[in-house]
Amino acid sequence: MEKPLTQHIVPGRKPLNLKEYEKVGGYQSVRKILKEMSPQEVQALVKDANLRGRGGAGFPTGMKWSFVPMGPDAPSPKYLVANADEMEPGTFKDRVLLEGNPHQLIEGMIVASYAIQASISYVFLRWAYKLAAKEITQAIHEAYEAGYLGNNILGSGFNLEMHLHTGVGRYMCGEETALLNALEGKRANPRAKPPFPQVSGLFGKPTIVNNVETLCNLPHIVNNGAEWFKKLGLTEDAGTKLYGVSGRVKTPGCWELPMGITIRELLEEYAGGMQDGYLFRGLLPGGASTDFLVEEHLDLPMDYGSIQAAGSRLGTGTMIIMDDQTCPVGFTLNLQHFFAQESCGFCTPCREGLPWVEKILMAIDKGEGKPEHLLTLDFHTKYLGPGNTFCALAPGAMEPLQSALKYFREDFERHIHEHHCPWSKSKAWQPSI
Amino acid sequence: MLTTEEKHQIDHEISLVPSPKNACIEALKIVQQSHGWVSDESLKDVAEYVGMSTAELDSVATFYNLIFRRPVGRHVILVCDSISCYVMGYEVIRNQLFEKLNIQYGQTTADGRFTILPNCCLGTCDCAPALMIDHDLYRNLTVEQLDEILSKYT
Repeated sequence: MEKPLTQHIVPGRKPLNLKEYEKVGGYQSVRKILKEMSPQEVQALVKDANLRGRGGAGFPTGMKWSFVPMGPDAPSPKYLVANADEMEPGTFKDRVLLEGNPHQLIEGMIVASYAIQASISYVFLRWAYKLAAKEITQAIHEAYEAGYLGNNILGSGFNLEMHLHTGVGRYMCGEETALLNALEGKRANPRAKPPFPQVSGLFGKPTIVNNVETLCNLPHIVNNGAEWFKKLGLTEDAGTKLYGVSGRVKTPGCWELPMGITIRELLEEYAGGMQDGYLFRGLLPGGASTDFLVEEHLDLPMDYGSIQAAGSRLGTGTMIIMDDQTCPVGFTLNLQHFFAQESCGFCTPCREGLPWVEKILMAIDKGEGKPEHLLTLDFHTKYLGPGNTFCALAPGAMEPLQSALKYFREDFERHIHEHHCPWSKSKAWQPSI
Repeated sequence: MLTTEEKHQIDHEISLVPSPKNACIEALKIVQQSHGWVSDESLKDVAEYVGMSTAELDSVATFYNLIFRRPVGRHVILVCDSISCYVMGYEVIRNQLFEKLNIQYGQTTADGRFTILPNCCLGTCDCAPALMIDHDLYRNLTVEQLDEILSKYT
């Protein structure tokens, strides 16, 4: 089984330095594109490869790039930003790539920058990833020394600056326009679209924001071609994917596997099945903002189309397992507390609606719920859904809520009728400040 | 007053962006690095230095979870309270910390040693429950490990 993204990552070992990375074929894609390919050819290759964004939305990367103005009259400078703000609860896949092989990310960023002719690039890294910050700083330094970054890269006439920016903590920064505001030293509120960042992004200039895993795929696509990449996937979706499993399983972890492996294989073969004494009840397939899937979905392939057809989203591909000893109301409350706290407060439905949802769930959890509370939660899932808010935060928050109300409604009703939480664990839950 | 060293570091950040204002978050980080938090006085100094009103800069400073606008202890404990840590029972760890240090979230021990804050996902969900003290990450936590971990910080 091919594992292009993680082939040189050994957990616990220091990542390859530049010399070692070059020895295993590192930076070959940079040499190739600078010598043999035009930016348009790189864009076309990535489009052909059917690479879709690995940050959660799954938007085709080549198409995203195609909206950037090109040619001598295009505004300048143009920017490329690696979104390394991984803050989706339950998600820990980019960390593996950042800590394990920083040169692969830098190589991917050079490919992407060349494709859109960006001359300045940023790694927007979340503050908690201290080890990643250290490794990336060192790798950027090495790449400058070797002439892969800076002016006139490998004598090609192409210039690229690269900087590391560490955030100061806010989930909103993962949204690409909010991330750009944060990079500009502003509150990380999302921006109105259009104009899209491809046309007017960082400092008003054309900007592409790509996820870390997306960027890490680029060197391999350049080296091996679009057909090779498409064949890596088991279903319609191309490539490999970093999948993760957390919760009460025997061996939680993160693995690079062909796109389209089934949930059951991931859960049973890689995560080792449920811990003794715990039964499976449901899972969020790709982070906190994806809809619950249950037993009947376990044989679905983990790809964009199949998970969407089942009413959820592949998201980040890192699943969170809910076991029978975890209260579904407490689980949902934990998520809604997070979203309410992380709302930027800009638009009313999100700012007011999410705390309302949290308050109701807290009441139900404490045994103070009323039957009409479920109806209030139901209408929130519509009013905070797509189209009613400024960005995707509140609609994302509603995904686990609406599916919890669908699959675990009886548990919600039991709390209300029995006036207490049947799971003692969630009684200990206290709101954070 | 900003020190010469702080000004030097802020100047470097300003040199990388189109306008000094764009470096304001970096400037806040620099001040927090040397003082542990951002006081009203520091905020005013930074605002003046990068050409913003204090109100505008405070709106930025208070937006971000990890710019501290109140004094914190010598060591900040960030307890991950997100979903994977919830499933793996982080509350037991949190409650033990509250009890051992005799403080709650947002409070600092009387000797100024620790502040405890809740924190969104630390991105190490396969090793939950987790917490961070200053720059150090602790994973797969059990209550039994807490005394030894805390003893490393004076």
